[in-house]
Amino acid sequence: MNDQATTVLAIGTKKGLWLATSRNRRSWTLSDPLFLMQEVPGVGIDTRGGRTRILVGTRSEHWGPSVVHSDDLGATWTEPERGSIGFDPDDGAALERIWQIQPDSQSRPGVVWAGCEPISVWKSTDGGEHFELNRGLWDHPHRSEWGAGYGGAAAHTVLPSPADDSIHVAMSTGGVYRSLDGGTSWEPRNRGISAYFLPDPQPEFGQCVHKIARDAGNPRHLYAQNHHGVYATPDAGDTWTSIAEGLPSDFGFVMLAHPRRPGTAWVIPLKADGERIPPDGELAVHRTDDGGGSWSRLHRGLPTREYNAVLRDAAAVDAADPVGVYFGTRGGSVYASADEGESFVEVASHLPDVLTVRAAVVPG
Amino acid sequence: MESVSVLIPTLLRPLVEGRSEVVLPADAPMTVGGLLDRLSEGRPLLERRIRDETGALRRYVNIYVGGEDVRRLELLETPVEPGDTVMVIQSVAGG
Repeated sequence: MNDQATTVLAIGTKKGLWLATSRNRRSWTLSDPLFLMQEVPGVGIDTRGGRTRILVGTRSEHWGPSVVHSDDLGATWTEPERGSIGFDPDDGAALERIWQIQPDSQSRPGVVWAGCEPISVWKSTDGGEHFELNRGLWDHPHRSEWGAGYGGAAAHTVLPSPADDSIHVAMSTGGVYRSLDGGTSWEPRNRGISAYFLPDPQPEFGQCVHKIARDAGNPRHLYAQNHHGVYATPDAGDTWTSIAEGLPSDFGFVMLAHPRRPGTAWVIPLKADGERIPPDGELAVHRTDDGGGSWSRLHRGLPTREYNAVLRDAAAVDAADPVGVYFGTRGGSVYASADEGESFVEVASHLPDVLTVRAAVVPG
Repeated sequence: MESVSVLIPTLLRPLVEGRSEVVLPADAPMTVGGLLDRLSEGRPLLERRIRDETGALRRYVNIYVGGEDVRRLELLETPVEPGDTVMVIQSVAGG
């Protein structure tokens, strides 16, 4: 890793944002809390165009949700006067929570996507300062049949493809939807994914997908961690098959993919729907290097006893070589690995519930 | 000219030039909704803090007119008379 670079780790929690920085990804400096007493469920770090912009979705229990951004690593923050994300009065809806802020690929500068509650996808073309509602998904005829999971009804993952105009959105509950035309039209893509909690366990949609990630080597290859079930698709979601064999459990919230190396992905299993703790209270990250054919259990540096869950967006990778892997627990512990998960160090502890983490390597 | 006094909670004061009280001229009765429209004129950020995009009062924002909670009156249709004091208060919420 470049000695002249700093890694920034943004930690969004139930009660504020913390920024951790490190020169070597092993020893970390933690900031004072930002946006204290505001929930921070969504963070994006956009490093395109030679600028590092941290985008933060905040939510005050009193004053509502908002998107703010900083171009100076958190020293100052800007909140657009009229708000970055907001429904029109005719939509009859109010923004509840920003679950996902996803900068698009290098080839689409300025484009940033947001996934929100109520279930909606938003697109910005000005670097995340103003977003427009994606009408194709908002007006989808399935809308009335999408449901709310425990955390609320949200589009929690938005994955634009770097290769073409396809976009995948994951929603709880509703499942995976795909657009092939840049977001104009959407179709469910859940064949092969079980929804054991519904009368028809193989519905066209209605699955409770917790997280999806796109393979770096083949953008048509995606991974999914579902509410029981770990899957991969080789054909952009047309068919999904289980890759859970070799894992201690097929339950969990996290799914990460390597930013460059095909076939490498990480999950953090929890025991079960009815027991949302690491299996046997032993926290571990599991990595596959062959697209889900086999898994390695990685736990060096992690506590021997941990009874807190890791939520769907509370894990991330950076773009360094080797790749850094980061995650935080509902118990407020945050861990970083500088070696693709082989070993971890504790970045922070005793924070509020960690809802999201994002990491980026920045100059200086 | 008569006026209506709006008391602003601490966390919203940065949005009203740091003031704890905003006095709005009022020589005729209006509604709480109409009062908020005038309070928020030129202050879109303040508007978003108090009401959501549908125009509804946010769940944990309370407004009192003459000491009475508008949720027990007519909500945003509650009348405000010249000379009234209107309080905007964050309710006790969260954990």
